[in-house]
Amino acid sequence: MKTLKTEYLIIGNSAAGVACIEGIRKVDKTGSIAVISDENIFNYSRPLISYFLAGKVKKRAMPFRDKKFYSRNNVKLVLGNTAEKLDTKKRIAYLSHGEKVVFNKLLIATGGSPIIPEIKGSRLDGVFAFTKFGDAVAIKDYIKKHYIKHAVVIGGGLIGLKAVEALIELGIKVSIVELADRILSTTFDTKASGIIQDALRKAGCNIFTKNTVAEILSKGEDKKVTSVTLKTRKQVPADLVITAIGVSPNIQLVKNTSISINRGILVDEAMQTNVKDIYAAGDVCEKNIPIWPNAFKQGRIAGENMASGNAEYTGSIAMNSVELCGIPTISIGKTSLEQDKYEILEMRKKEESIYKKIVLENNHIVGCIFVGDIERAGIYTGLIINRVDISNIKDKLLEEDFGVLALPEKYRKHLVGDVGLEV
Amino acid sequence: MAKRPTPTEFIVERDKDKCIACQVCVRMCSNDVHIYDADTNTVTSDNSRCVGCHFCETLCPTDAITIKKNESCFKPNANWSASVISDITKQAETGGVILTGMGCDKPYTIYWDHILLNASQVTNPSIDPLREPMELRRYIGRKPDKIELNYNKGKVELKTKLEKQLKLEVPIMFSAMSYGSISLNTCISLAKASHELGIFYNTGEGGLHKSLYKYGKNTIIQIASGRFGVHPEYLKTGAAIEIKIGQGAKPGIGGHLPGEKVSKEVSEARMIPEGTDAISPAPHHDIYSIEDLRQLIYALKEATDYEKPVGVKIAAVHNVVPIASGIARAGADYIAIDGMRGGTGAAPKVIRDNVGIPIEFAIAAVDARLREEGIRTNVSLIAAGGFRSSGDVIKAIALGADAVYIATSALIALGCSQCQKCYTGKCNWGIATQDPYLTKRLNPEIGVQRLKNLIKAWSLEIKDMLGGMGINSIDSLCGNRTHLRGIGLSDRELKILGIKSAGEPQ
Amino acid sequence: MKRIRIDEKYCMGCRLCEVHCIVQHSKTKNILKTYMGEYPKPAPRILVEEKGYITFALQCRHCEDAPCLDACMTGAMYRDKETGAVLCNEDKCVGCWMCIMVCPFGVISRSSDKKIASKCDLCMGEDIPVCVKNCPNEALKYEDSKD
Ligand SMILES: Cc1cc2nc3c(=O)[nH]c(=O)nc-3n(C[C@H](O)[C@H](O)[C@H](O)COP(=O)(O)OP(=O)(O)OC[C@H]3O[C@@H](n4cnc5c(N)ncnc54)[C@H](O)[C@@H]3O)c2cc1C
Ligand code: SF4
Ligand code: SF4
Repeated sequence: MKTLKTEYLIIGNSAAGVACIEGIRKVDKTGSIAVISDENIFNYSRPLISYFLAGKVKKRAMPFRDKKFYSRNNVKLVLGNTAEKLDTKKRIAYLSHGEKVVFNKLLIATGGSPIIPEIKGSRLDGVFAFTKFGDAVAIKDYIKKHYIKHAVVIGGGLIGLKAVEALIELGIKVSIVELADRILSTTFDTKASGIIQDALRKAGCNIFTKNTVAEILSKGEDKKVTSVTLKTRKQVPADLVITAIGVSPNIQLVKNTSISINRGILVDEAMQTNVKDIYAAGDVCEKNIPIWPNAFKQGRIAGENMASGNAEYTGSIAMNSVELCGIPTISIGKTSLEQDKYEILEMRKKEESIYKKIVLENNHIVGCIFVGDIERAGIYTGLIINRVDISNIKDKLLEEDFGVLALPEKYRKHLVGDVGLEV
Repeated sequence: MAKRPTPTEFIVERDKDKCIACQVCVRMCSNDVHIYDADTNTVTSDNSRCVGCHFCETLCPTDAITIKKNESCFKPNANWSASVISDITKQAETGGVILTGMGCDKPYTIYWDHILLNASQVTNPSIDPLREPMELRRYIGRKPDKIELNYNKGKVELKTKLEKQLKLEVPIMFSAMSYGSISLNTCISLAKASHELGIFYNTGEGGLHKSLYKYGKNTIIQIASGRFGVHPEYLKTGAAIEIKIGQGAKPGIGGHLPGEKVSKEVSEARMIPEGTDAISPAPHHDIYSIEDLRQLIYALKEATDYEKPVGVKIAAVHNVVPIASGIARAGADYIAIDGMRGGTGAAPKVIRDNVGIPIEFAIAAVDARLREEGIRTNVSLIAAGGFRSSGDVIKAIALGADAVYIATSALIALGCSQCQKCYTGKCNWGIATQDPYLTKRLNPEIGVQRLKNLIKAWSLEIKDMLGGMGINSIDSLCGNRTHLRGIGLSDRELKILGIKSAGEPQ
Repeated sequence: MKRIRIDEKYCMGCRLCEVHCIVQHSKTKNILKTYMGEYPKPAPRILVEEKGYITFALQCRHCEDAPCLDACMTGAMYRDKETGAVLCNEDKCVGCWMCIMVCPFGVISRSSDKKIASKCDLCMGEDIPVCVKNCPNEALKYEDSKD
């Protein structure tokens, strides 16, 4: 059995994994690093797979770090190989190709796996998940090969809608099936969802809300999907089905080890698990909001700490930015609560599909939605993250020219530190 | 009231091919000359509002703007000129006094331009200031009549106790301009530049803003008829005290700072309520004679333990000679004489343009009289009022001034374009205004640099001219009129100036 | 490492910095051609904020701990090794606006064709950024940062 010895082992080569390399190298320039990935591509940006599907991004533009990144950082990259078993005592990871890797410190950054709905017909040809580059490539091939005209996307969340966006781009008629009463129900409120629903319908989409797919059908013996039956018995033509009903942390590897898990892996502020020197970061973690910036930041912090740095992860808020049907949208924090304890500020320009909403709790911003006009949205993110009391600027928050100038002086000073801004 | 012609003075010429409608001019003009039209994306201008300050022209990134004089106007007439007609028209409309800013702009003879300097040839060699030391240092204050020395074991010591002197590294100072008439940033520029140059600036009658106390060693504090901002700390802070009797731009009348210019900060410095008019009476109500003046001089000396020179500033008027003599005898350490071309923040136009005499005559006549009376060394003479160049400065010194005060040229160095609209408080260059939107336009860091450059340049030129005359110290030139010759002047004028005509040998 | 220092006290709000920034990032770098011939003309990468007489020009602070670098999912946003500046590789940017979402200064905007992120690049290649060079009142300075 081939054995590899390394100071640092990273399992998973996506946002958290790559950031971990950068984190380690910030502190430790020489310690050996090995990265294991079950995917056979040296790295790519997962959120770009919808752009790839739509043909907006070529394969060579998929990586978010160039090929030389690994050699430059002196990293041994093992691709197309799964870490199958973990011995936390002996500090050994066993790989699917039969090698074992002996490490001193470990990062588990295995991300999440798509949840495949338990529906009859979900294993037919033409039914895909949509989380990996491989998925996108397979869908692309399938579309080309079978001249796809109709598609059904199960799930009206962000990933589902990104798939929808790409399919529309390819000239395919799309139907969206969503369990909740509206699409994007977790990140948006009714109004924002409404604007996007209207735009999607205008672009030719069918949207079925409060509904779900009861069965995926094919014709006779043929394995190829042809339509779906909705819960409401309605038949919808579909020669392609994409499922996007969520992801769950990829904890296969750590089950039956001494690492504490719940839905995901439990970590402390240093991103360390209950087992010393074993860290976890990104979508695989418990209570993590599965978005790119969080995974990246956690990975970097884990890396610094593995190399005996002293970084702390202070939590994260849900946020996302997507452009759908040419309408840019950003949602940050708590957005769809309509209870009394929250104060809501709103602004709407119907003709231009512009909608802004700010959710306040005790004079602190806890969430925002921006649709149509997203300029300077980050200022609000800053106010949320830094828990700034906005009582004095409440009336200014939605003004056209809201900016750094309007911010409370103390916060402004805090923001600029000594970067050289005298405001 | 029915409309009467008041021709616009300037025309804003905008090159359509170059105007990119970036609206820099629109944003920057405090007189609202430029107007942007969003529908057509074009900028136009209202010529009638233009004061000719050239701020927009300076900033326009494509040089699309040229400010031109309006040539159209009326039938040419030496007597009834366009400005006379528009003044009369304005007064017919308002029934009021016409105000203006800056110094007299009438084409009276500028005697500096009729005086020529000497240079050495053969018999007394000139001095090269690049190779040999040149002394520009001057001391302002009463000099002793005679000096007694102590000889102590081969060492020579000065026995006579010298009066306090102001030590100037260059014989040029910044003349009185009050905080209130000019912006704080302008004051800071003047103060800091003085500090770095080893010269002095003068507070004028505006008191001292708290941020300026640190420049006290380079500050001459002024006490005028309004006594604004005068308190013990103020007296102690300055390096010298100046009693202001009069000002060249408006001899015989007082001052008036409109309430709008009396901001919170100005009110604190002047010690008057915010927003009230600051009125300086025409005379000091406790000075009606030389004896009264002497009392004030000594009261001030007493209050400051005889540690600071006390000077008196007067406007150059017909009787300047005996008045100056009286002031010298009243115990002043210096007399500042402000000629009729001296600037102001606001004055009635008719007074500015018609009252007083040129500084050239005043300084020559006063110097001559004090010498005659044998009291010239008792007092220093500072000349002020329209000094435009190092040439003017060196001529004034040869005529008898110990040093000169400059104000207008300092403001020009800071950006002033002599639009004469100081009294409106809308100075686009951030100089003569208290509007916070405008005052920030003068960055004191830039201001200090520009003032220092100006004085440095003039110093270099003065050294060149001195060297040419074969003199290596400004001291030796003071009152040395043999180095001057008049040109195009009448015998009477030459006599008053105390100089020979060009072509006459030594 | 050199950074742009903003001195609000002396910013007059003339927005010449914006004008020159637009020109610098235009195709021709010629002011007349940019304004008269480029549609759409580039968006300024410097923002002049204004409230009454308080004005200042704000551009990317090139944060030490830059949130936009963490948020950028394409790797378009990167730190220049030599200058330490945070730059956006326009070939890689897909316009997902993650960076806009996290920049606490709000200084990244959408390019004028709304396709990619547009932000201050310290005028790479110039000795002094053009906003600094053309500020008539030295309200912007290009100085060594304290760290
Ligand atoms: C279509 C799509 C669009 C998205 N769009 C956005 C967006 O716009 N904005 C946003 O913020 N987020 C978006 N996300 C979410 C974002 O991609 C994730 O949060 C991020 O990728 C998480 O990174 P990670 O490193 O934690 O895990 P992952 O990216 O899931 O990477 C884990 C890696 O580990 C590998 N792996 C797993 N187990 C093993 C093993 N045992 N051995 C070896 N390798 C293993 C996996 O194959 C994978 O390559 C999107 C996700 C998808 C799927
Ligand atoms: S150019 Fe200078 S003064 Fe003008 S807006 Fe920009 S920073 Fe302010
Ligand atoms: S774009 Fe914003 S977050 Fe990024 S470095 Fe600049 S100021 Fe910081």
